[in-house]
Amino acid sequence: MTDVMLQTIGICKNFGALEASRDITLDLRVGEIHALIGPNGAGKSTLIKQIAGGLRPDAGRVLLGGADITALDTAARAQRGLARTFQISELAMEDTVLQNATLGALGAGGAPMRFWRAALDLQDLRETAIAALERVGLAAKSASRTAELSHGERRQLEVAVALTLNPKAFVMDEPMAGLGTAGSKTMTTFLDGLRAQAPILLVEHDMDAVFALADRISVLVYGRIIATGTVAEIRNDAAVRAAYLGEEA
Amino acid sequence: MIREPLLNAAILAGLVLFPLWAWSAGEPFLITLATKAVILGLAGVGLNIALGLGGLVSLGHAVFFGIGGYAMGILASHAQLFDPILTEPFTLNGTKSMPIIWVLAVVTSGLAALAIGMLSLRTSGIYFIMITLAFGQMFYYFAISWPAYGGEDGLSIYLRNSFPGMNTLDPIQFYAICATILFIVLLFNARLARSPFGLALGAARQSPLRVETVGLSPYRLRLVAFVISGMITGLAGALFADLNRFVSPTMFSWHLSGEIIVFILIGGTARLFGPVVGAIVFVTLEHMLGGVSDYWKIYLGVMLLLIVLFARGGLIGLLAGRERAHD
Repeated sequence: MTDVMLQTIGICKNFGALEASRDITLDLRVGEIHALIGPNGAGKSTLIKQIAGGLRPDAGRVLLGGADITALDTAARAQRGLARTFQISELAMEDTVLQNATLGALGAGGAPMRFWRAALDLQDLRETAIAALERVGLAAKSASRTAELSHGERRQLEVAVALTLNPKAFVMDEPMAGLGTAGSKTMTTFLDGLRAQAPILLVEHDMDAVFALADRISVLVYGRIIATGTVAEIRNDAAVRAAYLGEEA
Repeated sequence: MIREPLLNAAILAGLVLFPLWAWSAGEPFLITLATKAVILGLAGVGLNIALGLGGLVSLGHAVFFGIGGYAMGILASHAQLFDPILTEPFTLNGTKSMPIIWVLAVVTSGLAALAIGMLSLRTSGIYFIMITLAFGQMFYYFAISWPAYGGEDGLSIYLRNSFPGMNTLDPIQFYAICATILFIVLLFNARLARSPFGLALGAARQSPLRVETVGLSPYRLRLVAFVISGMITGLAGALFADLNRFVSPTMFSWHLSGEIIVFILIGGTARLFGPVVGAIVFVTLEHMLGGVSDYWKIYLGVMLLLIVLFARGGLIGLLAGRERAHD
């Protein structure tokens, strides 16, 4: 199965008596957007942390491009090509937009122990950073302080930083959160084009976006995946309708 | 508002012109005061790399200041008694040469910073403050109880150590040496702040998760910053001991760690010249008010309180406004 980029096999995670992840097996194929949906408290964030780093599963494995990354920390996973965006923006707020993007390029380059030349004067870093900002449409704001950006622009910057890593796979935690209707549409169009570069595991509450973007959807309820399938299959799945969409089957 | 580079240039000019004026006016004591301010400022510049850029509030930087001081004291005291430090397995003699003393002061304080940093950087926030304070106290009591080098009484050096081609006992020449070191370190600091390392370290202070997510280790960045910071403060300690021709356990005391933080707060956290301005203010107040009252630090306390409440950017922030984003 060479076309699987990111994979979890039998992931389990318990917090005391709470089973946050129960035997989760999930794959992300090259070229696709795989949406992960589920009600609040279903264990989406716990699962994301086990995939992108920050939380070790009690059992099971995580594979990126066929290599086992279960034992690696967040930084090592990013070095291997896993790019993550956050539900609540994680950016250096005092720094400029360009500095944040340059930080991504610096991380991807893997040589932060340089003490003399200015980071923003290093041609390779600068080019990568500016190219990423141009792609998300933030190049005009590159000299602005990140704290001065609007909420939507911060979301764009999160994606731009992820792009600088030139990743093999994206893990995105609610990229539409807090965006208005127009912003949501712009982001949807952007992500639609992004899947050709690297597949996206997308956690999202905005159902319009999910149905518009997803090649496949997995539904997580009480730590268990109750269904995986295409948009049409999920819409018509009786268990999903009962558990998630709130309709009687 | 004055632009910060202009303000920095004015401070730099003051650091050159004031001692020259004192020299021509025949006021060697004022030169010695300026030397003290420059050396304490250097210690603050060291801490500012960890505290200002890295957000690491170390309440134990006196450790490095003291190690630098004792590196000088131990080497020079052996040299003045013609008593080798080691005879087995090889002979190791003391030295009165400043450059050699500096190298040893920087290396030993760097190693101490590496060891202390490796342990304490696993914690953060209040725990980091407490663990660095604890290391400071350990070194302080060790220095008091170690009889070989004077214990509580400290060590006196009869003659200031030597620097090739200079008469270090002449106040203006010793000042020139200290000020040159400060300027070189400030230049390094200015470059470092904008370098890839500085960018990553600053981001690790603001959002460690962001730094991890781009594939860098905040712990490693902080450890390197802590070591650089300790080395600079250690160098300042060696110069301070040479200024006084005396080293004692008070160089390890937590009061000193606190004072270095106070320099930074007065001048402006993460501002290039912040600790220098803070040290100048500190030494000036000590000189002018110290004669009036033994409790002159009350006035320092009031000033610190006002700055923390109303001028979070310190005096540099007050004069130059918010730091401009680098673009």
